[in-house]
Amino acid sequence: MCNCERLGTKEQVEKFDSLLAENKGNRGNIMEVLQKTQGIFGFLPELSVKMISESLGMPESEIYGIITFYSQFTLTPKAKYNIDVCLGTACFVLGAQAVMDRILEKLGVEVGQMTSDGKWIVTSCRCLGCCGLAPAITINGEVYGKLKPEDVDKILDSYVD
Amino acid sequence: MNKTELEELKQKYIAEVLFRKDGNTSGVEYKYNIMVCGGTGCRSCKSKKVQDKLEQVVKEKGLEKDFKINGVGCFGLCVNGPIVLVYPNDAMYEKVSEEDCEEIITSLAEGKLVERLLHHEDGKPVEKKQDVNFCKKQKYIARNNAEYMSLEDILGDYIALDGYSALCKVVTTMTPDDVIAVMKDSGLRGRGGAGFPTGTKWEFTKKSVAPQKYVICNADEGDPGAFMDRSIIESNPHAIIEAMAICGYAIGATKGYVYLRAEYPLAGERLQNAINEATERGILGDNIFGSDFSFELGIKYGAGAFVCGEETALMKSIEGNRGEPVLKPPYPAEKGLYGCPSVINNVETLANVAQIIDNGADWFKSIGTEDSKGTKVFALTGKVKNSGLVELPMGTTIREIVYDIGGGIQNDKKFKAVQMGGPSGGCIPEEHLDTPIDYKTLNELGSMMGSGGMIVVDEDTCMVDFAKFFLQFTRDESCGKCTPCRIGNMRILEILEKITTGNATMEDLDKLEELCEYVKSNSLCGLGQTSPNPVLSTLRYFRDEYIEHIKEHKCRAGVCKSMTKYRITDKCIGCSACSRQCPVGAITGEIKKQFVIDQEKCIKCGKCKDTCRFGAIVRE
Repeated sequence: MCNCERLGTKEQVEKFDSLLAENKGNRGNIMEVLQKTQGIFGFLPELSVKMISESLGMPESEIYGIITFYSQFTLTPKAKYNIDVCLGTACFVLGAQAVMDRILEKLGVEVGQMTSDGKWIVTSCRCLGCCGLAPAITINGEVYGKLKPEDVDKILDSYVD
Repeated sequence: MNKTELEELKQKYIAEVLFRKDGNTSGVEYKYNIMVCGGTGCRSCKSKKVQDKLEQVVKEKGLEKDFKINGVGCFGLCVNGPIVLVYPNDAMYEKVSEEDCEEIITSLAEGKLVERLLHHEDGKPVEKKQDVNFCKKQKYIARNNAEYMSLEDILGDYIALDGYSALCKVVTTMTPDDVIAVMKDSGLRGRGGAGFPTGTKWEFTKKSVAPQKYVICNADEGDPGAFMDRSIIESNPHAIIEAMAICGYAIGATKGYVYLRAEYPLAGERLQNAINEATERGILGDNIFGSDFSFELGIKYGAGAFVCGEETALMKSIEGNRGEPVLKPPYPAEKGLYGCPSVINNVETLANVAQIIDNGADWFKSIGTEDSKGTKVFALTGKVKNSGLVELPMGTTIREIVYDIGGGIQNDKKFKAVQMGGPSGGCIPEEHLDTPIDYKTLNELGSMMGSGGMIVVDEDTCMVDFAKFFLQFTRDESCGKCTPCRIGNMRILEILEKITTGNATMEDLDKLEELCEYVKSNSLCGLGQTSPNPVLSTLRYFRDEYIEHIKEHKCRAGVCKSMTKYRITDKCIGCSACSRQCPVGAITGEIKKQFVIDQEKCIKCGKCKDTCRFGAIVRE
């Protein structure tokens, strides 16, 4: 456990340790363990995967197989604000692509690429399930609905720090 | 819990529920019950703040005795959220903001409604929600009573509305075979996609002999544009718990899992609370209602993979693997989760079960069509005025749904098609608007029921681009295990790309069709077997649009940018408004003379056309 401090804060490591202890040898719980680990660190650090592998008793290769299969798992740290643009059918029909284009233009990035200051990352998802608000985006979980491209500047500018 | 305790609990909550449902004021101390929608749609428009504000106003005015404020499940008219319901008036307020709360309370204290917040039809306010066109034709089974149950006392209210009476009846008076017989007789078919008869599925699983069996609820609602399952779990989680326990009793399973989409945190929270509450009350656990039957339930979360809605992939995912489908047979009824016989039912399917037991198969059979019994919940979205969730008897026509309930097309544009069945489904054009919808008719039209997503598109949608959208989706979501789906969909998408950029030939169109048929017939699982449907159905009904793209390099909807051209006509008075709006400076001219667009510079954003007040700019 000498490598623990490389993982994160003391509090994070403690949470992670007890998560591993609870699931020791329980290979069937791998999905839940990965979800909770990501909940603790914001992403899945390489070292955490190694420790999960030892604790649950499954090869790292298999764990990486799972991580890369599911779109929710991420191996890279998150930006401060994650903009998730819904490209579900209802949003698409009502102009989500134009909203997306305006966001990317304003931030000067591509989808999935973090801004150089680490503040923003733009991702897309397929249906947030609030189609009545289409087109919709979320910023760190906060939903903004019925958007037009011209609304983008105001919303992004409201995130000052 | 036993039958007497269930009855006691029912009596405790019944007055409040009848106050809402029938306006029956006896046994209730307060004068008004205001309920604020707590579904994801309304919560996203800050409905929780509205609820808090209402509580605050009531407190400040010292009116706690007269008013009760609650959260309530999804009402369905999501586009006009946040929705607030007022009982016993049965009034519905729309788009309520924090600023409206004071007026809502003070008016009601004087016995009046706030007219401007009511739903309006033809410019007139509609006082009772039952009289709103959106509600009139609906028939609630799967979404039954959602608008009468408070989120705070959801178990009590559910029981007061006869909840868990079916489970009690089943485990104390019926044999598993009786239950299966009722389900088979009812004609209920799976609401998740393929429409397999539910009773038959249960029967197969019951017949498999094994020490352990499982009941699985498929709540991995991945079709973009469908959100009925989320709404049901958020608004009425106990209906799912009850149905899963009934299924467990019928097939001989003691354990169940709900596989929930990770994108639905609110549904997960409510379902977990409901499971905990049911377990504490002894509704789940050992010796349910004093019988020998025991049943426990857990939630497993997905992690964002569309293919996990496919049942074999779903089970792989629960077991903690990559969610890759496997060949059937063996079917889950023989060899399912952890190799044990398992029933997998969709959320909406399960939401029908308790009521079928309560009211009998004949009641259920009396609703719907010859081929398809009961109701179906549709998520009506896209370019329709009233978007939201609607539940209708099978056999309702698309015209009724889009025009009578949906209120027609936004901005009174021209209806083009409705897309049903998600990425596995197809488009239905105007000429079939009067088709009564059921499993059979939709299949004949080259679409499918799917999960009930219903996306309306108008003249501004390019059908080739629309098909491309779905193929992008399936390309992204293909798990990659089998070649036809992994590579075939990619090639289909490439051809569509060629068509929308004006680089395709008529030969490509033939290749496209051939490839679609190939992917359909050779893919391993349901995802690949249905992924070409959006292309095939648009080819069937909108072939002329494909041909226009190829031969004339024309996109009539003006969506495919390489094919559109903006031109200023002689209607131009030379006001220069457009040139000032153009983001790339492509428009030049002299004041009071006709301006011109430099086609080399133009990025086809359409801003000039939107700006011109004289209709002088045309898109070609």
